[in-house]
Parts: sequence; C-alpha cells; structure tokens
Amino acid sequence: MTSDKNIGRPVPRKEGRAKVTGAAAYVDDLRLPDMLYGVTVRSPAPRGRITGVTFGEGIPWDEFTVVAARDIPGANYVALILNDQPYLAETFVNHAEEPVLLLAHPDKYLLEEARRAVRIEVEPVPGVFRLEDSLARTEVVWGEDNVFKTFLVEKGNVDGVWDSAGVVVVEGEYTTGAQEQLYIETNGVIAEASAATGVVVRGSMQCPYYVHKALVKLFDLPEDKIRVIQTETGGGFGGKEEYPSLLAGHAALLAWKSGRPVKMVYDRAEDMLATTKRHPSRTRHRTAVTRDGRLVAMDIDFVVDGGAYATLSSVVLSRGTIHAAGPYHCPNVRIRSRAVATNVPPHGAFRGFGAPQSIFALERQLDRVAAAVGLEPDELRRRNFIKKGETTATGQVIREDVDLGALLDRAFELTDYHAKRERFARENAGARTKRGIGFASFMHGAGFTGSGEKYLQSIVGCEATAEGRIKVLAASTEIGQGTKTVFAQIASDALGIDYETVEVVQPDTADVPNSGPTVASRTCMIVGKLVESAALQIRETLKGAGLLGDAYTTEEFARACAAYVERHGALKTFTQYTQPEGVEWDDERYRGDAYGAYAWAVYVAEVSVDTLTYEARVEDFVAVQEVGRVIHPVLAAGQIEGGVAQGIGWALYENVVWRDGRMANGQMTNYIMPTSADLPPIRVHFFENPYEGGPGGAKGIGELPMDGPAPAILNAVEHATGLRLDHVPLTPEALMDALEPEAVGA
Amino acid sequence: MTDAPGRISVSCTVNGEALTFDAHPFARMLDVLRESLRLTGTKEGCGEGECGACSVLIDGELVNSCLVPAAQAEGARILTVEGVADDERLHAVQQAMIDCGGAQCGICTPGMVLAAVSLLERTPRPTDADIREGLAGNLCRCTGYMKIFDAVVRACER
Amino acid sequence: MRAYLPSYELVVPRTLDEALALLRDGPGVWRPFAGGTDLMVLLEAGKLEHRKFFSIRHLSELRGVGESDGRVRIGALTTYTGVRRSDLLARHFPLLGLAARETGGIAIQNRGTVGGNIANASPAADTPPALLVYGAEVELVSASGARRVPYSEFHTGYKRTVMRADELIAAVHLPRPGEGARHYYRKVGTRRAQAISKVCFAALAEAVGDALGEVRIALGSVAPVVLRCPRTEAVLKGRRVDGELLRAASEELAREITPIDDLRSTARYRTRVARNLLGEFLSGLSGRGV
Repeated sequence: MTSDKNIGRPVPRKEGRAKVTGAAAYVDDLRLPDMLYGVTVRSPAPRGRITGVTFGEGIPWDEFTVVAARDIPGANYVALILNDQPYLAETFVNHAEEPVLLLAHPDKYLLEEARRAVRIEVEPVPGVFRLEDSLARTEVVWGEDNVFKTFLVEKGNVDGVWDSAGVVVVEGEYTTGAQEQLYIETNGVIAEASAATGVVVRGSMQCPYYVHKALVKLFDLPEDKIRVIQTETGGGFGGKEEYPSLLAGHAALLAWKSGRPVKMVYDRAEDMLATTKRHPSRTRHRTAVTRDGRLVAMDIDFVVDGGAYATLSSVVLSRGTIHAAGPYHCPNVRIRSRAVATNVPPHGAFRGFGAPQSIFALERQLDRVAAAVGLEPDELRRRNFIKKGETTATGQVIREDVDLGALLDRAFELTDYHAKRERFARENAGARTKRGIGFASFMHGAGFTGSGEKYLQSIVGCEATAEGRIKVLAASTEIGQGTKTVFAQIASDALGIDYETVEVVQPDTADVPNSGPTVASRTCMIVGKLVESAALQIRETLKGAGLLGDAYTTEEFARACAAYVERHGALKTFTQYTQPEGVEWDDERYRGDAYGAYAWAVYVAEVSVDTLTYEARVEDFVAVQEVGRVIHPVLAAGQIEGGVAQGIGWALYENVVWRDGRMANGQMTNYIMPTSADLPPIRVHFFENPYEGGPGGAKGIGELPMDGPAPAILNAVEHATGLRLDHVPLTPEALMDALEPEAVGA
Repeated sequence: MTDAPGRISVSCTVNGEALTFDAHPFARMLDVLRESLRLTGTKEGCGEGECGACSVLIDGELVNSCLVPAAQAEGARILTVEGVADDERLHAVQQAMIDCGGAQCGICTPGMVLAAVSLLERTPRPTDADIREGLAGNLCRCTGYMKIFDAVVRACER
Repeated sequence: MRAYLPSYELVVPRTLDEALALLRDGPGVWRPFAGGTDLMVLLEAGKLEHRKFFSIRHLSELRGVGESDGRVRIGALTTYTGVRRSDLLARHFPLLGLAARETGGIAIQNRGTVGGNIANASPAADTPPALLVYGAEVELVSASGARRVPYSEFHTGYKRTVMRADELIAAVHLPRPGEGARHYYRKVGTRRAQAISKVCFAALAEAVGDALGEVRIALGSVAPVVLRCPRTEAVLKGRRVDGELLRAASEELAREITPIDDLRSTARYRTRVARNLLGEFLSGLSGRGV
C-alpha cells in the first residue's frame, strides 16, 4: 500500500527557498507590458441615493479609463449565493466604501489625484449600523425584514425541561466584535481582457474557481474564455475567499474598456476599510443542568451581523450554528440563528467562519453553569463530554473514538492547571497583578457542511511526465498553510516515490480542475484524499500497463512513467469526490452528519491582569488537539500557533472602531494586532488518531485554533478578577469599566 | 541638486553593487527598489512604518524602506533580501527560517529575515527577550512568531 | 502611496548655513525633514499638507551627544537608537533610554530623532515627558543666531510651538539631576511594542530628609500637549508620602490633565491610569527608584 516515508515528517516546504530569498512572486511584484493601474471610487455615505458624480478640475480626464455600472457587459452582481451585491452601485449605495466608479491610468500617482477629484453625491437615507438595530428593524435595509438567513436546529424538546424539579437554569448573553483578517499582503489582481481573447486574471486569492464563476456572469462569456491564475498569496484567513471575485471583476472591467492590462492593489487603508471582516455576533444561552452537573437542555439564540450584502453570511451562520452546542452530549437542544443586514461593508469569511463566535459564547456560558451548580469548570465539562455513540446537536452520531477527557488531562498536566487554579485564587487578594487560568474545550468540523462536499464534486488530477515527475493538479491554493508541501507528501507516499519528485502546480483554471475553494479546513482532509486517490490511479495505470512491479525505486517509477508517456502520449488521472457511505444530511431540517470528521481540542490560557493599567495579558498558552494524523509536524504546529495568535488578538487587542458604518481605525497603527512582544509561548501538542476518511489519516486543522483562545482567555480573566466579562475584544478600557465601576476623576 | 524640483539622480550601493537611479526626491525607497531596480523581494504591507515588511538595512541599520525618501539614499549602502544569501548559499537565518517553519505565506519573510540578520549582527547570542524586541517591528499574521523565534535561535547555533 | 509626488519638493542643503538660509529667505516656505518617521506616514496617506521640505539628516552639527558645563547636549538628529546606545544618557537620564526603547520598533528607532519628536509636537510622543521632567532646554538656531527655550514653554497648543518659521531645533540641553533622585517612566500603549501611548508618565523626585524635595511630573496623551504638572508637583513638594498625600496629589492630577476619547482610548481610562501610575511612582519612592 502507500508508504509513510514523507507523511508525518518535516520535509522542506516546497516554496520555502523562494520565500526566504525574496524570489517568490506576489501579484504586486508582477508587471505586464503597457499596464495601467486601477483604483476604485467609493461611496462617501453609508446609505443613500446617488444623485450625481462630478469630475473635478485640473485632471486630464481624457487620459483616464472610467468605468461605471452601465459599462458592465454581463450581470452587475458578484455571483456567489444570493447574488445581491453589485460590482458597481448604480443608483443606491448600501454601505460606506461601496464601489461606484473605477479609474485607470498609467501613472499611479496621478491616479490618486484623480480619485480625490471625483465627487460622488449621495442623498442620505437612514441606515442601521448595529445588529440590535437591525433585529429591531429601526430601518428595513435588506429584503423585508433585514434577515439574510435563519436556521433552526432541534434535538429532543427543550420546552419541556425548564420547570422540571432538580434543574438549575442559567442564562447568559455574549457578544463578539468584528475582526480584520489583516493578511500582510493586501488584496490585489492584474487583469487582461478583450472580446477576442476573453479575460485573464492573476491575483492573490484563495479560490480561483469562485473568481472564475463570478467573471463568467460579469462578462457573460463562456467558461473557457475566463482564466484565473493564483499568484503567490500573502495570507488569506478567509479574507481572500470571496472578496477577490469583486476586485478581479473591477480590474477586468477596466482592462476590458481600456484594452490594456490593469493592476489593482489596495493599499492598507483601503483594504481595511472596504474589504470583509469577521461577523460581529450576539449569542444568548439558556441552559438547564441537573444539580450534579448533567446538561439537560440548551436553548441558544445566535445572531451574526452580515453587513450590507448577503455574500457568505448564510454559510458563516450555518457553521456557527452547528458548532454552537459544542462537543457535549445534551439530550435537548434548540439553536435558532439569524444573519442580519446592516449598512457596513459586508462581513465575510474569516478563519473559523462563525464557529469562534458561537463557541466563545458556549465556553463562557459553561463556566457560568459550572459555578451555578458548584462544580469546577473542568468537572462540569467532564460530565458532559460527548463520547462515541452519542449524538451532537444535529443528531450526528459520533463514530470515532473521541476522548476529550484525555485531552483535558494532558492540557492540565502541561499547564499545572489545578495547582495554579488554587494558588492564583489564594494569592490574588490584594495583589497588584492578578493571575488567572482558564480553558475551553471544543471541536471543529472539517470540510464543507452537510451536503456541501457532495454538491461541490471536487476534482483533483495527477499527471506523470516523461521525466518521471508527478504533477498534482488542483485549484486548492497555497496561502501559507502549506498546501503544496502537504499535497506533495501525500502524493509521494501514495506512489512510494521521493518527495522531491512531486510538484504541485500553481492553480490556473486553464490547467487545473476545480478542487473546490481553499476554505473550511478542507484542503488537507478532503482535497488531500483526492490527491491520494489520483496518485494511486497513476500507480495502478502503470502497473496495469505492465510497466511497474509491486516494489520499485523512484528511478524505476520514473522509467515506467517515461515508457508510458512514450507509448500513450500522456498519463493523467482525475478523481472526483464521492460522499462516504452512511453520511446522511437533511438540509431542510438541518439534521444529520454535519461533517465527515471533527478535530477535538482543549486550550488552556494563563493570564495576568495589571490592576494599574487594566491590561490583560496572556502569559502562557497550551493548545492540545486531536487532529487525526499529523501530516507535517512543523506546518501543523505552525497552523495552530498562528491561529492561536489570531485568537489572542481577537480576544484582547483587535478592536474595530465604527463610526457611522465606517471603520475609523483603518490603519495598522490603530488597529492593534499582536507583535512578537505581546504573545506568550504557545505550546502545541497533538494527539493522533488516524481518520480513515482522510489522506494518511489526517483531518482538517486550519480553523480549529481560532475557536479556543477567546473563551479560554476570558475564563482565565474571570478566574483572575472574579469579573464576568462576556464581550471580545476585552480592551483595557472595558476591563477598567468592569473593575472600577465608580467613575473616578474625570 | 538643492534647487531642482523635479527628479534627482541618486548614487548608492545596493547589495554590494554601486548604481545610480533617477527618482523624485520624495519617492519612497520601497518604490525605488521594487519598481526602478526591480528588486521586488522587499514588500509593502502597510505604508506607514508599522508592519516591517519593507525592512532593509541602510548603512548596516534596519529601516522601513517605506519611510526613507530617495533623497536620503545618496551615498547609502543598502542591503535587501536579495542580497542576504551568498549566491546560492543561504544565510543561516534564511536556512533556519525554512527548517523551522518560520515562513508561511512568506510576505513578511523578507523583512523578518533582515530584522533577524540585523539582530544577530548586534547581538550574536540573543535572549528570548532580545529576539522578541528585535522582531517587534515586523508583524507576522501567520505564525504567531513561535517558529520565527525558533529560526533565530537555530540560526545563531550555526 | 496616495500623495501626488510632483506637487512636493524635498531638497538637500549641503550645510547647516545653507539650510538656515533657506529658512531665512522664505520663512514658512520650507520645513525640515529628518528621519521621516512621521512625515512619510502623512505623505503616503495623502495627508501631508505642507509641500516643500529640506532634508537635514546629514547635517553633522545637529548630531551627537556630549557634555559641557555640567549640561548634556543631545543633538536634534540623535536617533532613539543613539539615545539607547549612549552611556552618558543611561547614567544620568535613564528615562530617555526607557522612552526611546518604547518608541516604535528597532527600524523606527534607527530613523526617528529626538528633535523630530519635539518638532512634530504630538501630545502622544514618548520622549517629551522625560525631557520635561529633566528640565530640558531646546536650542533653536536660525540665520540670525541661536536661542534657548525651556522645553516646558515650548509647546503652546495642539501641534503648536514657540518656534519661529525661520528656526530649526539644533539640540536639547539637560541639567544633570541630583544624585539619588528617583526616576520613573511608564508608557501604557496599545500593545507591548510598536505602539502609540494611551498614557505616558514620567517623573523625577528628589528627597530632602524623609520628605519630598523637588518633584517633577510630566505626561503624554492626556492633554493637547505633553504636559508638565506643576500643580500636582506643588501638592507633593516638601511633604512626606502617605495615603492622604497620595489622595490629594491624585485628585490634583485628575484636575490638571484634560484627556479626551479617541480611537485609542477613553478620557476616563487615561485619567484613571494616570492616577494609578502616580500612585505607583509615589509608592515606589519608599523603595528603590528606576
């Protein structure tokens, strides 16, 4: 069968050398002959009717390419789910920074001068800017009721339990703020377009086929006239999932009209103000628990703020909904959820995709539930951890061996949790710096939800060249997480050949099949499995042709490939996703097997709270998780560490300041992500429990680490201070308001 | 030079090579390097001296090239990421960044490499605190910095 | 880069005299450009209103740290790195090194200058509170001569100073504080490094017997200018530190500062933290200082 020469080992990252020498080519590093630069002119108002556009004096407008909505050859919407977001607003704007006009010119300095000289006049119409106002319909700004999507998950009957004898009922409300993905490479693309040749877009993106689909509609062109090429991508985290479809369309429209290549690369301010962020959320919990700490019922109301257009909000809501009840066995669960509209730039995909929001709420709530029945937080969870054979909120029967208690034990051993829990509580009285330790236990499903993977029908190809090299053909993108390396490990082990022999080709829709978007922790587990299958088919083909025996060296394999290619012209195999047997999902009732597999985790945070400055700081962090088989120990740990860092940022630092629907702190100076001086040691430990549905036994891990830090940290802050703080980010200002409720001084 | 409002001619040394370029005196060295000299390894992350992706060494000192105007590069000795390796032989920091997983998406990596090279030149045996301080002006959104710290430690063990 | 570069000028005078002549011949027309850590940020955002600048970074007269007549002179072009590397400053003015270390990251410290930090006149600057408590004087030069201005009188309002349009900051001069004085500095920023301050607190106290002698307190980010707090100092001078004095000084400080809500923090937070830091400083006087 497959070897394990490479899987599980820290082979060198495929594009590592190019990245450390500066040779890796990102989109802004490319320059095409005769290229123009493009910029977007945006709405100055958060909501209103466009009454006029003025082109100011002093600009040689005849040198500029100007594109407005009327120049769009096809449909003026970003094809995604509900298709409600226009590429360019025509008569009405629904959020500040909404694109209205596009400009292109060869001189990028003059282009900025021109952008400043355009005035978009908007007659303001009242909007809504907060989730609460949208729910209250102070204005109806989308559809009939401001609601993009609702879900209802029901298990058992929650209504019967609240008044039962011996049941304690605990309620809580939890809120989370927006978060900027803050990839260090801003969004950018270069487009070429003409009626004769069609549209070619190169750019920074996670999902080339999303862009492809959107451009087909925008230009009303056949699929083979649209070509999308991913360039080296400087981070995505979800922020380059759906947004590049919009930007690519803009650049392509300018290229179409000007007849010249057009580069559009946002500067940091534009990227922060205009592109997507994590959905703000509000979660209400009502939990019934027996006096000995058994969960009886969970009634959960989960709301996310989707911004001005639907984009991916329904899917974000779905994942947040399914994860809202966590890795616990509870006989009665009801989760009602809504995604609502506000007049801010659309919120979008960000690592975790709704789950960090609902898990934050649950893991804070469970500490409260534990206190209500006089149990330690860990004891309450131990009594309710889901086990093999039990069912999740959607009724999914857990078929794998899951042992969250063992993860908890290991995490506590690594952090000396119990001793610190006791010691900090004893020492905090009167201390200027208070210490606390807290944790969160959680799970994260890998792959698309429910029937998602079935609908995607992802395809991966494998090609053997005459030189005996293997090329993996997939649209899954390398965005820093290690796609190229991991695919090469999987393919080389499937074939029993050297890692260096395998190349993963740069995604280009002209060359690679649609292996689906690079999102949802699906690349390694779902697409990787297809890579394995496609590679195995190569081997079987060679064997079937009598060119390969059961045992062979990399050199013998190469000779077999050469012989096959000489005889048949080419050797390419393709594998398409088929849903594993026994997976059932009911989209109507939202019941069944939500995910093929879950990663399981317990994260522990130790914090200090300075009572002079009200700064909470994470002093130590331990992340213990079971992720199936670890394909690459260094890359996997790197994923966890990076996700934890983003989680710490979300919990304590990253505060989007909104003013009238516009981000007021859209600079890296004022939107605060952690530096190397702000983070604790992040200690990562894996439990391995191979999952048969994943390549080499792997499950998805990309989003998991975003889920645990925020609740673990706020639980630790409560331990340190006794304060129930239920909003992230927890800024020093908010901590002060809680610690010192009496206004002093000013 | 002092009374010409247009472009100026600037002579300096880049990665050991003496050269002259024309630029507006206020042009950012970041743009001069990337666009005039086609040294695109130096990256723009924020354009406000906050993220460090554009870090280069000028006269041996770490600077944000987005904050250095061309007029101040006259006579300067500039080292960019392209000049860190000795031909095919990677600098110990670069090799360690690969080995330890310090580069993920890679966009902060050139700046991070220069910050680390500069740190090790000043402090060949840095403590954990030295490393954290030395890299604090270089933001990385992928790694949580841990693997970058590992790489710096590995590099100075060589 | 949002600025339209052709509308800007940056010239490089060969000598200090040439630079001063530029200022003399067209006061207000030309402005100095040193390390660029503030001006380039504005330029890139398309928010640099002034258009004509001259570079002074190479002018050796404005560099260097030295001592004469019991006073230490810090050339205006001394970078934060230069401050951190100076043994002389570390010995006598430890707060300057602490402030420099807290300014930006290493790359900013290599470019930003003491003179620029003063001229930029940001109320959130990290070094000026330390300069205030050390009783700094600012040396201004122009084609018509030089003058010294007490730094405590230098800033007159938000981004306004006593400098004439034909003047340049040449240096700051610091008298050595008395032996045994206690030095205190704490910056509370948005994060541990590469941060703008929410509150920056510098203080110096001399003891007379077991009472306080001269006390100087200065804060950043709590007023339109970096603020020396003479009224709070007066409450403390000559008194023994106890709970009652602490309360009185804290209340005076709250009246003396005028913080605002902005993107980075709130007035309430700034006031409260300023008072807490005053408490930390005064409580620490019974033990060791900085």
